[in-house]
Amino acid sequence: MAGLCAGHCKKLVMEENGLVKSLRERFPDAILEVTALRDLKSEITIRVKKDSILDICACLKKEFKFNLLSDLCGVHYPDKDEKFEVVYHLFSIETKERVRLKAGLREGEKVKSVTSVWGTADWHEREAFDLLGIGFEDHPNLKRILLPDDWEGHPLRKDYPYRSKDAEPEKTP
Amino acid sequence: MEEKGFGTEELIVNMGPQHPSTHGVLRLLLTLDGEKVVDCEVIIGYLHRGVEKLAENRDYKQNIILTDRLDYLASMTNNLAYVQAVEKLMDVKVPERAEYIRVTVAELQRIASHLVWLGTHAMDIGAMTVFLYCFREREEILNLFEMLCGARLTYNYMRIGGVSCDLPDDFAGKAYKFVEKFPKLIDEYEVLLTKNRIWLDRTVGVGVISGEDGIDLGLSGPNIRGSGVEWDVRKAEPYSIYDRFNFQIPVGEKGDTYDRYLVRMEEMRQSNNIVKQALEQLPEGEIMAKVPRIIKPPKGEVYHSIEAPKGELGFYIVSDGTSTSPYRLKIRPPSFVNLESFKKMIKGHLVADVIAIIGTLDIVLGEVDR
Repeated sequence: MAGLCAGHCKKLVMEENGLVKSLRERFPDAILEVTALRDLKSEITIRVKKDSILDICACLKKEFKFNLLSDLCGVHYPDKDEKFEVVYHLFSIETKERVRLKAGLREGEKVKSVTSVWGTADWHEREAFDLLGIGFEDHPNLKRILLPDDWEGHPLRKDYPYRSKDAEPEKTP
Repeated sequence: MEEKGFGTEELIVNMGPQHPSTHGVLRLLLTLDGEKVVDCEVIIGYLHRGVEKLAENRDYKQNIILTDRLDYLASMTNNLAYVQAVEKLMDVKVPERAEYIRVTVAELQRIASHLVWLGTHAMDIGAMTVFLYCFREREEILNLFEMLCGARLTYNYMRIGGVSCDLPDDFAGKAYKFVEKFPKLIDEYEVLLTKNRIWLDRTVGVGVISGEDGIDLGLSGPNIRGSGVEWDVRKAEPYSIYDRFNFQIPVGEKGDTYDRYLVRMEEMRQSNNIVKQALEQLPEGEIMAKVPRIIKPPKGEVYHSIEAPKGELGFYIVSDGTSTSPYRLKIRPPSFVNLESFKKMIKGHLVADVIAIIGTLDIVLGEVDR
């Protein structure tokens, strides 16, 4: 019974949410999936098509007052069709709401940079590029940020060795 | 004869990564026109230890010690942000007493962190005395923490579901004594600085950033409040039991170094107030919730952020539901994001202001580079 209620609440949070409703109206084709953690309003995840991420972000900032990009990061799923996920955490200082956006990428695909919407995306996107090798189109200065420029590989990919003894020996010239 | 004028050209100066006033291993490439900074590139990563990669290969409990080493001047709040994120993911209810203890130590930690900021910031600008005073008081807080968990810097005190050990018998008394006398000591620091002509000359109108620009660049914590934006995670999204305490959020007006100084000074008073209230209301009871010995959260993802001394500290955790270590752990460190504003703040100012602005941003490189 408790489980049933929780499931019901979760559905309520996801479907009755004004933000999700209006986004569905504005971008009927771009919203792929909406999920939530239990019945938490702040933990709604909206999976969107990667081509419309910039439009959706601009709309969320302008019309829904999501003026702060809290965080942007990438996740690697080597076994999935869409090997990379870019995750955006938005926050509105005025309404105190949070929402999480996600865009899936296949190997080698790029996503449009959101630096034009939030200036802070600059370093976040550089970090995702550095550690996961995700490409961002129209980024003003896409280069490594934490690792040296001549570093090989992207450490946060799942196939990158965790310990040095798991790595291939260095080639000697 | 032809008279030739002196040509001027821009000069690129390297600052850091080993430089005492960069507060760690921060490297700056400054483009100078005379003494004025016209452009600047911030180069980070000298302290990168791959914490996020390490976290994917250690279990949820082992990761607590990794968080200690992010912002090593405020380990308690790092612990708190991480354990609360895992608790949110697992839906764990933490016992009352543990919540009160957590708030007490987190606010003491905020005071300690702000004291290091004030001491080093003032010393960088030339006021030596304040540094000695600040470290004198910080010592007392560190002694309290040592009583509590045996460590003075990397505490590893919080646990998923509570805290590792209860308060020692004399902790509350000693902490209360400190809280009683601390406001007077803040007044003492203010006597040295707030109306000091040299201090005013070095901080007023330096590193100005508007609230709008600050939000665009993701600025958080006292830095954004100095620009007049009233946003504090403790009030906006009250976590733990912060909704039970009575405290104010100080905000500045002009968004310069001086306003940020005033905001942090007032924040110490407010934190002091919270510690006092928490000690007075401290209930008896359990300090650990019933959590499984092996932590294996259900499949899902969570983002949880708290108001760390430096700003919004967030943890994004993805769990695949089958493993005892996170599938992905992303840390949103306040210092990393705050440092992004440096470029905007320094443009057009003098080289000497570089030091003042690094100080006012209150960065810790352990957190920037992770």
